[in-house]
Parts: sequence; C-alpha cells; structure tokens
Amino acid sequence: MEVVSTVRPPLVTGGKTVADVTEDICRQVEGKPSKSWLMGITIALTALAVGFYALIVLLWEGIGVWGLNKTVGWAWDITNFVWWVGIGHAGTLISAILLLFRQKWRMSINRAAEAMTIFAVICALMFPGFHMGRLWLGFYWALPLPNTFGSLWVNFNSPLLWDVFAISTYFTVSAVFWYIGLIPDFATIRDRAQNKISRTIYGALSFGWDGAARTWSRYESVALILAGLATPLVLSVHTIVSFDFATSVIPGWHTTIFPPYFVSGAIFSGFAMVLTLMIVARSAMNLKDYITIYHIELMNIVIIITGSIVGVAYLTELFISWYSGVPAEQYAFLNRATGPYWWAYWIMMTCNVVSPQLFWFRKIRTSITAAFILSLVVNVGMWFERFVIIVTSLHRDFLPSSWAMFYPTFYDVGIYLFSLGFFFTAFLLFAKFFPVVNMAEVKSIIKSAGSDIKSTK
Amino acid sequence: MELNKNFIVGVYSDPDQVVRAVRKIRENKVKVHEVYSPFAIHGIDDALGYKRSRLPIAAFIFGMIGAILALSMQFWMMGVDWPMIIGGKNFASLPAFIPVTFELTVLISALGMVGTFMIVSNLKPYKKPRLMDDRITDDKHVIAIDIVANKVSDKTIKALLEETGADEVNEKNFE
Repeated sequence: MEVVSTVRPPLVTGGKTVADVTEDICRQVEGKPSKSWLMGITIALTALAVGFYALIVLLWEGIGVWGLNKTVGWAWDITNFVWWVGIGHAGTLISAILLLFRQKWRMSINRAAEAMTIFAVICALMFPGFHMGRLWLGFYWALPLPNTFGSLWVNFNSPLLWDVFAISTYFTVSAVFWYIGLIPDFATIRDRAQNKISRTIYGALSFGWDGAARTWSRYESVALILAGLATPLVLSVHTIVSFDFATSVIPGWHTTIFPPYFVSGAIFSGFAMVLTLMIVARSAMNLKDYITIYHIELMNIVIIITGSIVGVAYLTELFISWYSGVPAEQYAFLNRATGPYWWAYWIMMTCNVVSPQLFWFRKIRTSITAAFILSLVVNVGMWFERFVIIVTSLHRDFLPSSWAMFYPTFYDVGIYLFSLGFFFTAFLLFAKFFPVVNMAEVKSIIKSAGSDIKSTK
Repeated sequence: MELNKNFIVGVYSDPDQVVRAVRKIRENKVKVHEVYSPFAIHGIDDALGYKRSRLPIAAFIFGMIGAILALSMQFWMMGVDWPMIIGGKNFASLPAFIPVTFELTVLISALGMVGTFMIVSNLKPYKKPRLMDDRITDDKHVIAIDIVANKVSDKTIKALLEETGADEVNEKNFE
C-alpha cells in the first residue's frame, strides 16, 4: 500500500500512460535528427575543431603558449578543471543523494544529469592532463606504476595524487551507475527497433535484459548500494579538489573552510548547468510533460540553498582573514576585492551571492526564462569564483618584485573552447542516441504521481 | 541454461494487479515461473517469495578487499620499498593515506558488486533474451507459468490467470 500526498503537484503531466512514456522518449532515438539538433551539433563541432587546433599547438610547443608566468603558474587550466568537476557534481547528487532521500522528482532528470556528470568529468580530466605538457606520459607520472627509477613511487602524501584517485574513481563509478540505469531502457529500444542494425546495437547494449522480477530485485539493491557509495564519493571528490589548495601555504588558499565551501559551490554550479541543459532539452525534445515547472522550481530551490551556503562561505572567509590577524592573509583578501582583479571578484559576488536570491520570489522561481538566464549567470559566476581563488591568490606573492598579472592567450581560450565543444558534442550525441529520460523509473511513478491516475487503470 | 520451454503467460497492465494475481496463484499451489515487467514493482519480491538479494554483502566484501589493498600498497610503497623524506613527515603516515584508501574502497566495492550482479543475473552483451512477450519492455507485465513444472492442467492455470485480471492469456513456446 502506498499513500501519496494529494497536495504535491503531479510529476508527470498531460495524462500520460505507461505506453506514452515509451513512445515519447523513444521517438527521439528512432526519428531523424531535428533541425535544432543539427544546428547545435554544428556549433559544438566548430568549437571542437577550433579548440583542436589550439590543442595541437599546445602539445607541439608545450604549455609556454599559455599566458602563465613565473608568478601565476596556475590560471585558466586549473580554473577550468575545478569548474568542470563542480558541474559534474549535480548529476551524482540527483541520482544518488536524491535516491537515498526517495525524492521521486529525480526520476525524469537523473539520466541527463548523469550524462552531464560523465562528460563534465572527462572535460575536467583534460586540464591536469594537458597541464602536464606531455599528455602521453600522464599515466606514468600520475599512477603508481613500476618504473626504472627504483621503482620511485608517486607521492601518496600529495593532494594532487589523491585527486587522481578521486576523479578517476568518481568517473568510473558514475559511468557504471549511469550504464546500469540505461540497460532496461536500451532493452525497450531494442524491442521496438525496426531495422537490423539498431536491433543488434541496442541488443548488445541492453545485455540481454528480459525484465525478470528476480533481476529487477537485484537491480534495485545494486542501485541502492551504488547510491550509498556514490554519496560519500561525490562529497569526497570536491573535498579532495579543495585540498589541492587548502593544504598549500598560499594566503587565500590555506583555509579549513574549503571542503564544505567547494562542495556546496559544486552542487550550486552543477544544478545551474542541469537547468541550462534541461530547459533547452524540454523544449527542443518536447519533454514538457516530464520536466515540468515543478521540477524546475525544485531545482531552483536547491540553487538558493547552495548559493546561500556559498555566500556565507565568502563572508566567513573575509571575516576570518581579518580576525586571524595575519597580514599576508588580510592582504590577500583586500587585494581580491579592491586590487587589480576587483572586477573578477565583484562578478563572482554578484553572480553567486546576489543573483540566486532572486529565486526567493515564486514568480521568478517558476519562470522558465528567468531560470534559464539565472542558470547561465550562475555558471559564469562559478567560473569566476575559481579564477578569483586561483589567480588573485597567486599574482601578488610574497615578493613584491615578482608581482605580475595574468593575461590569457588564444591557447588558454582555445583549450577551454575545446572542452566546451567536447562537452556539447557528447551531450548532443547522447540526446540523440540514448533515452534522455529514465523510462523504467518514470513508468513506475505514472500510477502514483501521474496527472491522470484513471487512464492507467 | 534453463530446460523449460513451454509456458502459459498472463498479460497484465496494472502492477498492483500483478502482485495480487501472484499471491492468488501461489495460494492455489500453482508455481509461478517468473514475473516480467517494464519496471520494478514494489512488493513483488514478497509475493513471489524471493529472499532479499545478498549483493550488499558482496559489495561489503569487495569494499574490504579494496581498503586492504589500498592501505598495504601505500604502506609498502612509501614506508618499505622506497622511504622518502617529504616535508620532514613520517615515511608512512596513516592520515595521508586515508583519501586514496577511501577512493579505492569505493571503486573496488562498486565494480565488484556490479560485476557480481552481471554474472548472477546472466547479463552479457551477446546474450539473446528470452522474451515472454514483446511488450514487457513497453507497458505490459507478464506472469509466466511453466507447464511442465506444474501438475495442474493447462485449463486450470488459464482460468486462474483470467480470474486474477489478465488482459490476455497466451502460450509461449521456446525451441
């Protein structure tokens, strides 16, 4: 017996039946690509191509083509790395943490959010890889592999190495979690397939799924345990990313507030990216009955909460730097807010602290246009947050004679463009060839949370 | 894998109806071969008398293996094989090894459990599924009853399925 509150709005509108779910989601996979999809992928591939040129030059010439100098040794690359990892966090939050909390509204957005996570983590992994200069030696430097120096092992005391393990584990577990969820839906596409090629491909992808109750029972416990594992994992990943900074002795980085501050910032930016993608997807792919205004409102509420935590963290940092009485620490923050990079600091403050507060108004929270614009604003703000933390802490170091500014070159921008191009190409391919909404899960709530309960009998 | 080839299948639309039907069928001493559905039905495990999956235990064991592997690897590399002075710290310091230990615990646990799930559920890319009905991945639920395994006549089984609200009752034979 299941008791469902009647106060909550339905999670699937338009009186959809179980068969309608199959039809609506599979139509995208089976039909010809739409004009907007073709346009989108053309833009994404162009960005990828321009970025690829920058990448080839970077690998040929070395990272000297970037705008880095002796003082600012980390800039756009690590900013982009942290930005992408942060974006990835929303997918796991939606699919794992909301599963543990039994939040059913996750069901129509978790698939796409997890896909976003996986592509974002790949984008993130690019940057430390490229920063090593010799990408092909990356495995050899970063993993504990036997070598001819002794073996001289990697340094397990270094947070940079913890990062290698954290990000690669995160990527693997997210990909597995995502794929397990895809298996029943691939089976649906397989059983509807009209031609031999797609029947073979989706047949292989669906691993011979036959929907047996015993398999479903095991599947449910696998999903629950994976969610249980992914929850501390996702929190650990950005914690460890923040250790890259927090365990160093640079003023502005050396703070114990970093782990929770980074994790909430990650969820904040991740939800903004999920909103950006979902708002486009729901209109381009006609998913308005599955991703409803209610879903958007709930995501906006998560944005207010995490955005406010980030705001409190910014203010705490300022207060503690003053209260610590350490001149270097005090200067680092004064320089952030009023130094040559004041504009970056105030972009960050406006986008991340002020703009999400607009979501307190129900009108703004439930407006698709407002949510879309604010989601972009938050993503810009979170990029600047990482830029501010990294560059402003470095550019005026302990020796005033070596103070410098950072100016990005075409190659800094180009590699960023490469990651954006990759991300959107991958996401668009996913949206065309994979079921964007988890059909099996959505079907299971049609009876209890659909708008027209009678039509499913 | 399975030898049984001939089944009577009852096709249902409503998941709750399926749970009630399974209960009724089993009360009548008819063995249910399996239920096939497009999504997980709550309470079907109890109705079918399935025990809880032991996969969480597998996850725990794999996790322990991961933790032991990670700790011994780090202690051996940093403390035994090539001790190095890094910032004047201990050669082997447990706190610094915790993040990697945690990550490898999660990694081995997740991969081990999913691998076990794939093996015990016989899921593999080249497997041809035996579908009791083409619509079970769309919107229909199927209760399959093995003809040979039950001593009751086909007629009784069919009557029972119809009585419990099946939309259709079919026979399914696999070569």
